[in-house]
Amino acid sequence: MVNIEIDGIPLKVDSSKMIIQAADEAGIDIPRFCYHKKLSIAANCRMCLVEVDKSRKALPACATPVTEGMKVFTHSKVAINAQRSVMEFLLINHPLDCPICDQGGECELQDLSMGYGEGVSRFTEGKRVVKDKDIGPLIRTDMTRCIHCTRCVRFGVEIAGVKELGATGRGEHMEIGTYVEHSLVSELSGNIIDLCPVGALTSKPFRYKARAWEMKAHPSIAPHDAIGSNIELHVRQNDVMRVVPRDNESINEAWLSDRDRFSYQALAHPKRLTDPMIKVDDDWQVVDWQTALETAIKGLQTIINKHGAEEVGGLISPTTTLEEAFLFQKWLRGLGVENIDHRLRQQDFSDHPQQYPLDNWTLGDVQESDAIVLIGSHIRAEQPILAHRIRQAAMMGAAVSNINFFLTDLLMPIEYEMAVDINTMLTTLAGIAKVLSTLMNDSDNDDEWQALYPERTPTAFEQNVAMQLSNAASATLIVGDLANHHPDAAKIRALVHKIAELSGSRCIVVPSANSHAHVIANTLPGKEAKNSLQMWQQSLRAYVLMGFDALHDTAVPVIAKQALKRASFVVALHSFDSEFLRQTADVILPMACFTETSGTFVGIDKQWQQFAGAVAPRGDSRPAWKILRVLGNVSHVEGFDYISSQDVVDEVRQIQAERHDKPIPPYIPDSLTVESDLMMISEVPMYRTDALLRHSEALQKTPETQRIQFARINRKEAEKHGLNHQTPLTLTQQDSVVRLPLEIDDSIADGCVYVATTTDAASRLVSLFGQVSVSQSEAAT
Amino acid sequence: MTEMVLTGPKQTLFTEQLRLALDKWIAKYPRGRAQSAVIPCLHILQEANGGWLSRAIMDALAEYLSISSISVYEVATFYSMFELEPVGKHKISLCTNISCMLCGSEEILEHLQQRLAIKPGETTADGLFTLKEVECLGACVGAPMLLMDKQYHEYLTKEKIDALIDEVQS
Amino acid sequence: MKLDQVCFRTNHLSPSWTLDAYRQVGGYQVLENILNNKLKPESIIEQIKNSALRGRGGAGFPTGLKWSFMPRRLPGDKYIVCNSDEGEPGTCKDRDILRFNPHQVIEGMIIAGYTIGAQTGYNYIRGEFFEPIERFEAALEEAREAGYLGKDLLGSGFNFQLHTHVGAGAYICGEETALLESLEGKKGQPRYKPPFPAGYGLYGRPTTINNTESLASIPVILQHGADWFHELGTPNNGGSKIFCMTGHVNKPGNYEVPLGTPFAELLELAGGVRNGHQLKAVIPGGSSTPVVPAEIMMGLDMSYDGIAKARSMLGAGSVIVMDDSTCMVKALQRIAYFYYEESCGQCTPCREGTGWLYRVVKRIEDGQGKQEDLDRLVDVAENINGNTICALGDAAAAPVVSFIKHFRDEFQYHIDHGRCMDNTA
Ligand SMILES: Cc1cc2nc3c(=O)[nH]c(=O)nc-3n(C[C@H](O)[C@H](O)[C@H](O)COP(=O)(O)O)c2cc1C
Ligand code: SF4
Ligand code: FES
Repeated sequence: MVNIEIDGIPLKVDSSKMIIQAADEAGIDIPRFCYHKKLSIAANCRMCLVEVDKSRKALPACATPVTEGMKVFTHSKVAINAQRSVMEFLLINHPLDCPICDQGGECELQDLSMGYGEGVSRFTEGKRVVKDKDIGPLIRTDMTRCIHCTRCVRFGVEIAGVKELGATGRGEHMEIGTYVEHSLVSELSGNIIDLCPVGALTSKPFRYKARAWEMKAHPSIAPHDAIGSNIELHVRQNDVMRVVPRDNESINEAWLSDRDRFSYQALAHPKRLTDPMIKVDDDWQVVDWQTALETAIKGLQTIINKHGAEEVGGLISPTTTLEEAFLFQKWLRGLGVENIDHRLRQQDFSDHPQQYPLDNWTLGDVQESDAIVLIGSHIRAEQPILAHRIRQAAMMGAAVSNINFFLTDLLMPIEYEMAVDINTMLTTLAGIAKVLSTLMNDSDNDDEWQALYPERTPTAFEQNVAMQLSNAASATLIVGDLANHHPDAAKIRALVHKIAELSGSRCIVVPSANSHAHVIANTLPGKEAKNSLQMWQQSLRAYVLMGFDALHDTAVPVIAKQALKRASFVVALHSFDSEFLRQTADVILPMACFTETSGTFVGIDKQWQQFAGAVAPRGDSRPAWKILRVLGNVSHVEGFDYISSQDVVDEVRQIQAERHDKPIPPYIPDSLTVESDLMMISEVPMYRTDALLRHSEALQKTPETQRIQFARINRKEAEKHGLNHQTPLTLTQQDSVVRLPLEIDDSIADGCVYVATTTDAASRLVSLFGQVSVSQSEAAT
Repeated sequence: MTEMVLTGPKQTLFTEQLRLALDKWIAKYPRGRAQSAVIPCLHILQEANGGWLSRAIMDALAEYLSISSISVYEVATFYSMFELEPVGKHKISLCTNISCMLCGSEEILEHLQQRLAIKPGETTADGLFTLKEVECLGACVGAPMLLMDKQYHEYLTKEKIDALIDEVQS
Repeated sequence: MKLDQVCFRTNHLSPSWTLDAYRQVGGYQVLENILNNKLKPESIIEQIKNSALRGRGGAGFPTGLKWSFMPRRLPGDKYIVCNSDEGEPGTCKDRDILRFNPHQVIEGMIIAGYTIGAQTGYNYIRGEFFEPIERFEAALEEAREAGYLGKDLLGSGFNFQLHTHVGAGAYICGEETALLESLEGKKGQPRYKPPFPAGYGLYGRPTTINNTESLASIPVILQHGADWFHELGTPNNGGSKIFCMTGHVNKPGNYEVPLGTPFAELLELAGGVRNGHQLKAVIPGGSSTPVVPAEIMMGLDMSYDGIAKARSMLGAGSVIVMDDSTCMVKALQRIAYFYYEESCGQCTPCREGTGWLYRVVKRIEDGQGKQEDLDRLVDVAENINGNTICALGDAAAAPVVSFIKHFRDEFQYHIDHGRCMDNTA
């Protein structure tokens, strides 16, 4: 700690700080463009020049460390002169057309120039003009406005892990850009919109839609992954015009994934459901809520009375709120229904979610790990912010290893990586456990596991990963979606858990979206009741579906489709209309999207985050917790007289406090060998994970999304099956036959063919991750 | 020399001979610091490519050094010796900075423009010469001076220029 | 006057650049002595300090003091880097050192490495110096062969490797931190200091950067002793210095003379001002140093402190002589263009300001000047000065301010009449 004085105010600050940080903490404003608390210091804009006693010249506050006894003047004549002249320099080549600039009203340059700029420019020579580049559907460039602060360039290198933007040319001719026209690949790219202090990088979807001063900001929580990034919704009248991050050091820091930033576009999609509807003689009629709800209850009651509540299944999307989850199951359980599940894409239920207790860790801890192993996870697509934390760890020297069915560039240094099929996945994990077990002298008391370990000596890969884990002071294992959605997921999870136990690592079985809330709210099957897969496979008479598309969000699209077609009564709460929904449902209850309702999100780190609605629901749609409340009331289920969603949360908290779950004994698989010839790898594409995303136009135009129509297979498998990339691939799975264009891609593991889910083609497949056969015969549908 | 291969796995990029030349430079820097070799490597590739750098060459070098393409573009566009468009067989870089100017570089430039019938930045129709006006080349005691390809020519006079051009043309 | 005592001490030999030639003047004996007797680095630093050797790259910073900043005992890599980027207009001495006496640079670098605890050295030579690069590489080969480079030199346990690195045309890479960036394979954009290279240099490791002439002076200092060197020059300005005499002189050339030599004598040595002309002004240390009018210049001694008396700088010893035929507006225009062209573009005042300065001076030269332009030029230059990351900003400002200060009437005439004064060409 050192004592300094800024503008006469005495301060005690950490000696590692720069003047600007000390000033920020004390609430003293120093103008700046290039400085950003999360980026390295560039000191290139020179806007933060201040006077420091004993220095001949003004010094940049962002790059001058505090020293004992230092006296800083931010408003002295020297400081103001320096700042004013920098402002003048910045403006000579900057267009002065704020009224037509998209950044107008929230431009740091505009704001500051009001305070510092000369009214009339003394620069009478011509201004620089820079040609723009198309860098994809999300970000628009207007590089003539660039002031060369290089925040965007540093963001790429230091946060996104990929240097796509650079400064080419020199001197006055220096230009920030990609040099060659291409879409940015970072899943965090949108952050450069916020970072850019001027209007050079702006949001393409938001462009010219609204002015900063016309909008009101509402805090909210992003629902698409398990992070619960803090966001701000910018609302004009009743429309969300854009989404920006809200700082939360423990969660998303200052960042936001592109997914969370641009999904709002779907809120105004024409396919939004706005009216309650019932099907009368195969015709859809818009009705009032009372009629719709009564029809729903009547239909369900009829089935229950005639066939029993076992013939009803309730399936709910994990993107819904804690309150919605709780009321959903409470209502159904009130009707006697125990077939309840939110694990829509899961296929292996041998273990139990509560088996993976949420021990105490934060995202910050992940970032501090010195060894991290990713298992069955395409982490950048699944949890972009978690990927960012891991990347930071990697850049600080953590050893990150990756075992997956395919390998992609994770934009961070990777220590060891391996593309595997399911058998190799299991034996590799078992091999790692075996090494650790020997290291830890665990072999005597663990016969069941010993029997599962491979007999061969561990491979170098297994030894290396095991050594890294056991040597690490803080290690983290991450089991991702690809593992969790796999038909043998329980085996993978059990092995990873064992490895964590042996090595003292933290084990993170990554939940999808708000799944933690759903486990707390107990949207899980009761005793002896059916899980999501069984509900489809065993074809029930009635279904209640909430917040998802059966064709895209389940593990067994064709089976789900058949089950729904066969069912005699289907109630759907959803926000988006579709042909399929109309074909299969009997009652459609339009539900509000996350911006239109209050609720609670429980993220990967177990933080409970509450948010309020920012806009009124579209049309006549309603927040789902209100729909469920009335459903409870109309069904005469007890305890449904909530006044606000807070009452629901209070009740959940109380139940949780009173609950004493018995620890569930660890699941130990009976064998680790799996029959597999050619397995389909079914990834949920980054911008297709839920209905909202699938209706967001800009995200659907990204190269990531464009690429998902291809099946991918490595060269070796292609040769083995006689495939080439010119002819479409025919995939056969039981009686489903699907044709897809093929890409030869060596990052896919042997014995695997990659087929993205949530596409038209994938929705015609029997089960994701299933065995398939491939050919290139012309005979196919 | 055989055609440079500019795509494919690292081990087969460029010609064997070029790879040897590049590797010799890369070996001068500590492990993991291959980026340090980017300037010398660009020189080598530029020379092997008739005096200029195509985007494909820059991309291939990025691949070869395991750095991002933009890092190569940044360097190639920053340093004045790199040409990003085709140039003539011989590049004439005439210094017109202060010491050379005081000693008559303007007349030399004038003469060169007349002789070659091009302006600075241009290439003669026969593709023999590209003329550039450059900053101080560190030979001011020999002003006025120019650099043709790898050779300095000092104490220039119109006659010397004529002789120089005649020699190349013949 | 004692000529060619230090860097050019092999000039009388032909060829002067071989190992043989260098040995004839006692080359590598100092190194051998250091290695054989395991001289204490502290004592070497002491001698360099006592010699009053000041950095020949332009800033004139005491070399011994600079070396003492290196955390010698810190484990891990440390580097010595020689700055042969020589780009300041008017400067062409390092080229001749590399061409005619490369071994002395090599010996100087090895000694520097030994003294500051660096095991690797790089000589950053500007890319256009094809011939000097070749000479230096050949000398390196000879030195390697002779066992002066490599592992366990002369059985001393000291390892030292030395490599050539090449630039590719960017004046800014002469600035030491830009040079380091360039050496790391990036654009030559200066780093903000602190941290200084002695703490955070090449690859983030402790690094010392010295000019070619500074390093080439080291073996001579240690051979003849600090006092000998110091006394060659004047107090606080030790040794001799190569002056690049360019412009309007009869015998342009590089002259190595003792620091403190009167300018008049140096001019004499260079054959005096071009026949039939009078001296008008001199830029004493390269284009970035303030111009000095003839009357003042003729009374100055050529040393760091001597030139400072006229509020200019000795810089790199690049003496640009201008006679009475020179149009000062045109001269400034060319210099202003240089800084505009060479600004790295990183920091605002320099990126935007150098272009502004150039355009206004050009306008005046083109006969389009406005009355307010003169004050504006000075104002813009002063707004750049001191507000930039590196000294290029200051270098761009200094000529503008000094030219207008000393030759305001000529600029005024241009504005008033749209052309040069009658007495100028
Ligand atoms: C814009 C600029 C250009 C420079 N160019 C050179 C150069 O070409 N050669 C050089 O030795 N020093 C140059 N310098 C000075 C170096 O930054 C550094 O001070 C010098 O190399 C240190 O060596 P010395 O202490 O031996 O002089 C330049 C400085 C600036 C600000
Ligand atoms: S002063 Fe000029 S050259 Fe130096 S860092 Fe700033 S822009 Fe670059
Ligand atoms: S904020 Fe300090 S120089 Fe830009």
